[in-house]
Amino acid sequence: MSEELHEVRLSVNGVVHELRVPARRLLSDALRHDLGLTGTHVGCEHGVCGACTVLVDRRPMRSCLMFAVSAVGSEITTVEGLTEQDGSPEGRLGPVQQAFAECHGLQCGFCTPGFLTTITAGLRDNPDPSEDEAREMVAGNLCRCTGYVNIVKSVLRASEIARERR
Amino acid sequence: MTTKLFGEKVPRVEDQRFLRGKGRYVDDVLVGHDLLHAAVLRSPHAHARIVDIDVSGVLDVDGVHVVWTHDDLAGAMADPLPLLIPHPQLTHGRTQYALAKDEVNYVGEAIAFVVADDRYLAEDALGRIRVDYEFLPPVVGVESARAAEHLVHDDVPGNVAARLEQENGDARGAIAAAPHTLSLDLTIERSASTPMEGRGTVARWDPDTGRLTVWTSTQTSTGVRAAVAAKLGLDLAQVDVITPDVGGGFGVKINHPWPEELLVPLAARTLGRPVKFTEDRREHFISSAHERGQVHHVEVGYDDDGRVLGLDVRFWHDNGAYTPYGLIVPIITSTQLLGPYKPGAYRVVFESLYTNTVMVTPYRGAGRPQGCFVMERTMDAIAAALGKDRTEVRAANFIQPDEFPYDHGLVFQDGRELEYDSGDYPGSLEKLKALIGWDEFPVFREEMEREGRRVGIGLACYVEGTGVGPYEGAHVHVETSGKVKVATGLTTQGQGHATAFAQIVADALGVRFDRVEVVTGDTRRMPYAVGTFASRAAVMSGSAVHLAALRAREKVLKIAADALEAAEDDLEIVDGVVSVRGTPDGTASIDLGTVAVLSNPLRYAFDEASKAATQFSVGDPGKPPVAEDDEPGLEGKDFYSPERSTFANGMHAVIVETDAETAEIRILKYAVVHDCGRLINPMIVEGQIHGGVAQGVGGALLERMAYDESGQLVNASFMDFLMPYVTEVPAHIDIDHLETPSPLNPLGVKGAGEAGVIPSAAVFASAIEDAEASYHPGLAITAMPISPSDLFALRQRHEESS
Ligand code: FES
Ligand code: FES
Repeated sequence: MSEELHEVRLSVNGVVHELRVPARRLLSDALRHDLGLTGTHVGCEHGVCGACTVLVDRRPMRSCLMFAVSAVGSEITTVEGLTEQDGSPEGRLGPVQQAFAECHGLQCGFCTPGFLTTITAGLRDNPDPSEDEAREMVAGNLCRCTGYVNIVKSVLRASEIARERR
Repeated sequence: MTTKLFGEKVPRVEDQRFLRGKGRYVDDVLVGHDLLHAAVLRSPHAHARIVDIDVSGVLDVDGVHVVWTHDDLAGAMADPLPLLIPHPQLTHGRTQYALAKDEVNYVGEAIAFVVADDRYLAEDALGRIRVDYEFLPPVVGVESARAAEHLVHDDVPGNVAARLEQENGDARGAIAAAPHTLSLDLTIERSASTPMEGRGTVARWDPDTGRLTVWTSTQTSTGVRAAVAAKLGLDLAQVDVITPDVGGGFGVKINHPWPEELLVPLAARTLGRPVKFTEDRREHFISSAHERGQVHHVEVGYDDDGRVLGLDVRFWHDNGAYTPYGLIVPIITSTQLLGPYKPGAYRVVFESLYTNTVMVTPYRGAGRPQGCFVMERTMDAIAAALGKDRTEVRAANFIQPDEFPYDHGLVFQDGRELEYDSGDYPGSLEKLKALIGWDEFPVFREEMEREGRRVGIGLACYVEGTGVGPYEGAHVHVETSGKVKVATGLTTQGQGHATAFAQIVADALGVRFDRVEVVTGDTRRMPYAVGTFASRAAVMSGSAVHLAALRAREKVLKIAADALEAAEDDLEIVDGVVSVRGTPDGTASIDLGTVAVLSNPLRYAFDEASKAATQFSVGDPGKPPVAEDDEPGLEGKDFYSPERSTFANGMHAVIVETDAETAEIRILKYAVVHDCGRLINPMIVEGQIHGGVAQGVGGALLERMAYDESGQLVNASFMDFLMPYVTEVPAHIDIDHLETPSPLNPLGVKGAGEAGVIPSAAVFASAIEDAEASYHPGLAITAMPISPSDLFALRQRHEESS
């Protein structure tokens, strides 16, 4: 007996993809293994670590807690979609990415995509966070490497960079 | 002169990839290819005999390609997994099979292996396997292992895998003769590395070349390579192991080969298609490895100044169900326990005990946090008994700066003598006291007390043997483009090796940093290597990379001198251009790419550098094009192998507040003084400290492996195992560095990776006890981690008993 497949159109980083997936296929797996967007990482598959966070209609969502079929009709942004066009082939780092590079906000880099997406959404809601608000913004994501010190710094720096670029 | 990069906060080159989502972790490898996916059936029972396994019906599931149990394995694959580090005292070492044979000894032990079109189907297939078990009584925890009412392995009496004793001087005699004595019982619970990325392996067999390529998330690619070749009956030369980006290791990924690291390559070869296994989070909790579970008994004799005259420590190490990594963890505890101190006499005895739980292999700190906890609790207890300041008692016991090298008269984990190379412990303590405000604390405490708040201060000191041998090597290759390709065999799990090693090469060779590209953990590029553990990468590979770059430099100078008709001594290399010192720009100079062309007397010209080379002539026309003692190519290769470990050290202090009602524990200030010799990249070192401190906070206040009496790990998820979020760690960590260079390596560096985590249990126990001292005099903290509920219960017990 083979599984029933569903045709879905997923709009990811502005590109529409058509794929056939079983109803139970997680959005995280569809992004990573079907679309090859491996920047989104999976650290727990039970919604706790935040590594798999993507933006679904600009809101941060844990892609391990969503089925691919339920993302139909939404605009999804993954870490690959956070760079900004500047004419160069790879684009320039977005403000949050740039801040992480400047503040040493990452070590192994595994948790990083989830932080970048989460903070991108967080700064849209609160472009000028206090240090406490910056901590609050990342309080749902786990990182085993950095001790978070430089991640909080990165949030504050990202807000500065975004302002400078505006 | 090119500006020196050593010691600079150079931004990391690897970040560009990671930040754009272009990292390549093992689960990203071969995505989009005709990959098959593996899943493993794991024992739901802690201790049972396997009566029967019924796999009929599994292959009926559409898309399932293979189901294996132990019966399907042959040759070396059917034998137990290797015991990696034997020790004469490990008289009863035991390792598991790739797939369980007849018996399971912990919840999570691999029993059957399935390969299917995707992971979902593979897991469906697992559900069809029926196993008949005959239950055996489980042994859980040190106490039940020691009682030995039941045995984990029938043929291991008393559940004792090993007993080891070391003594320097007559400790018991010294204690008996000492003016004061005291004894302590101290316990540390289990925790684990829990990197954000679990284990994973991908393998591809290429029938055209008869070669196997394995990508695996490991801390030792050369180790995995040798194991895979041996187990699959392949020649070493047929196996390549590539360690891609690794999402954290912290020790757990040094153990190898995991069952899946063998089964996946075997399946790839058998099926002729690439196969991938990616561990899920629950599997990581129950099927990888843990550490830290130890129970200790201390007897100490000391004088009026608090000087330790005799120290006698017995401890019991819970090694879980198997001992693939030998006795490394308890040996480290037993030796590194001494920290910066020089007791008059010391004896240590430990037993390593089997339990029906996940096996124990090193986790960041590797036995040192337990040792530090024991020693520092002892120092605190002596201070309390004598009514002295805790820093005074420590200072009275320090090895002094003029006493190095200091020989403890013991054997360290690497089989070499425990001899410290350098350090300045009194200097560190002064810095720490200033940083945390030790002398001002009483005033602060009074202020807080007036507000009805309880605060306490604590400190803990450690010494860490880092950069253990036997060796690491490096290969430096200057391409005709002038780019410098560097390879070292050990692996990277977030330490920024691509940056730190490039800094070293750029300095040694005189090239721009952005022309250097470093590859780690790829056996095709550097087949001889040991691995990334024991804070050894910067010391071992850092030194090897430096030496290899110097070799390449020698060759550059030789060829360039010939081409420029100058003496080697008159040449300098700046930004990748060799020129005669003191000549105006552009005259008498040659760039590295051109030197690379000249190094290889090939007839074919491919590029600009080759054309540029035609203006120079090198070599003696009367001799063969490649001289007898020479070889073509602009390369340098070298190995670094130290006599012994180099000893880093540090001290942490913390100020905590404990809530009078709820016993909640808050961190008000955290300070670190750290001496890891010369710093290659202070930004990276500080990052390592931040991460270590956070992990230490987790270990001290939150994390424990909660096994019930039947051997079930009841908190095997991130929901239940409390790893610190940003809200649980200190918002700021004050760091001060001391740099006492190591005399043992050319860079003067010492390891830094594990340090942050070592003193955590000790420093928090000290501070929390101090915060409680005036409300619950004599309340002693003897077991870690400590949660608010634990503290609450301690207070209640204390009130009842007093
Ligand atoms: S992988 Fe989705 S939250 Fe952890
Ligand atoms: S950088 Fe490794 S988990 Fe966050």
